[in-house]
Amino acid sequence: MATSSNNSPALLDIAEVSKSFGSVEVLRSVSLQVAKGEVVTVIGPSGSGKTTLLRCVNFLESYDSGSIRIDGKEVGFRDGGARQRRSERDLAAMRAETGMVFQGFNLFPHLTAAGNIMLGLTKVRGKSNAEARSIAEHWLGRVGLVHKADSLPAELSGGQQQRVGIARAVAMEPKILLLDEITSALDPELVGEVLAVVKSLAEDGMTMVMVTHEMAFARDASSRIVFMADGGVSAVGPPKAVLAAETTNERLRTFLARFRASQF
Amino acid sequence: MLGQIAYALPFLAQGFALTLWVSLLVVVLSLIAGVILGVGLVYGPAPLRWAVRIFSDTIRGIPILVLIFFVYYGLPAVGVHLQSFWAAVLALTLFKTAQVVEYLRGAVASIPKGQSEAAMAIGLTFRQRLAYVIFPQAFRRFLPPWINGVTDAVKGSALVSLLGITDLMQAINQVIGRTYEAMPLYILGALLYFAVNYALSLASRRLEQRFAFIRE
Repeated sequence: MATSSNNSPALLDIAEVSKSFGSVEVLRSVSLQVAKGEVVTVIGPSGSGKTTLLRCVNFLESYDSGSIRIDGKEVGFRDGGARQRRSERDLAAMRAETGMVFQGFNLFPHLTAAGNIMLGLTKVRGKSNAEARSIAEHWLGRVGLVHKADSLPAELSGGQQQRVGIARAVAMEPKILLLDEITSALDPELVGEVLAVVKSLAEDGMTMVMVTHEMAFARDASSRIVFMADGGVSAVGPPKAVLAAETTNERLRTFLARFRASQF
Repeated sequence: MLGQIAYALPFLAQGFALTLWVSLLVVVLSLIAGVILGVGLVYGPAPLRWAVRIFSDTIRGIPILVLIFFVYYGLPAVGVHLQSFWAAVLALTLFKTAQVVEYLRGAVASIPKGQSEAAMAIGLTFRQRLAYVIFPQAFRRFLPPWINGVTDAVKGSALVSLLGITDLMQAINQVIGRTYEAMPLYILGALLYFAVNYALSLASRRLEQRFAFIRE
């Protein structure tokens, strides 16, 4: 498992990214490098900018300054000095290189589980229906839902829907998978089945950036943990170091203490 | 009495056919125009959005009868002369188009933002997002009010009789003028309008079931 980006060029390079919503600064000069095969977990209190950062990586949100590069290629803006937004077509092509799994699943309710996965494969990747179908079945098998291929999202449980959401994202063979609090909307007894899928993807070497409140999972599955506070990176390092109880980082200690208190 | 009415049946049938023809024209033309303008209202550049908003608000604020008279008697003042039939079709189409615009805007606005974002995240372009994600879902929400509007269009087409066009309503009134059999003829007319609209609402229910997100 890759542990640091020092010797290999970063797959994802976030450099001094800042963003404001009106007068509120949600990201303050955030920098973060993620190497191929790394699993980086972003933790932090609500409003610390975690989700916004993740959404900037596939340009669901724009940012005011700084740059985000995947494989050396600027995500939302054209290469070269001027900050010119990419064309709609280019943006779509760039977004296809990252996968995203959402807190609210966001499955397409009019398509079956297989249909959800096949849409990007046929319309973006240009695969035939038959080919897309077999890829969809492969990934549904990976998340344990091959028997639900022809079910509509409304016919699936929350945990099943989220597993389809993951399959939809990874079937596109993205360079990076972005996971945005993907278990937060689930009943507690359904969280495990979703995290098991994430874990198996991590073991396969999928590069992931994950925002989560599941501390135990973050500790076990991450290469590195990033602690964000007030829109900036407050601490970053291997799980053991960041989650250590005796940290000298005041904000982090408060956050972890509050977290432990709530875990009765 | 029955003999007189039977004698008038071909004439009534012609009126009925004209009612159906006007309704069909209005429904199809307003659907095309309304969807185009509705997409303009939701996704178009600001000037287009304002133009559609002004059009829709204005038309919906005018009684349909005023609109019909305005098109038939008012437009010649600016050099546009339409036959009464086409004036009526134009007025009804304008009225219906404004409604379709609103149905479409509402249907698209009701699709959660996460749907667009999920579609973006897998790399679909704007047009693909509309075609494969937004419209198929918006269609289901558009259908019930629109079918309702179609039945209104069929009933509202009776207003064209006021321009002397011999639709079902006008035909009935003329036969009554000859036979003085008001009651049976109005009942016949009501039954015909009802038959059309009942068939439409049955079809609508079938369509809604066909496209439901949960299968029966």
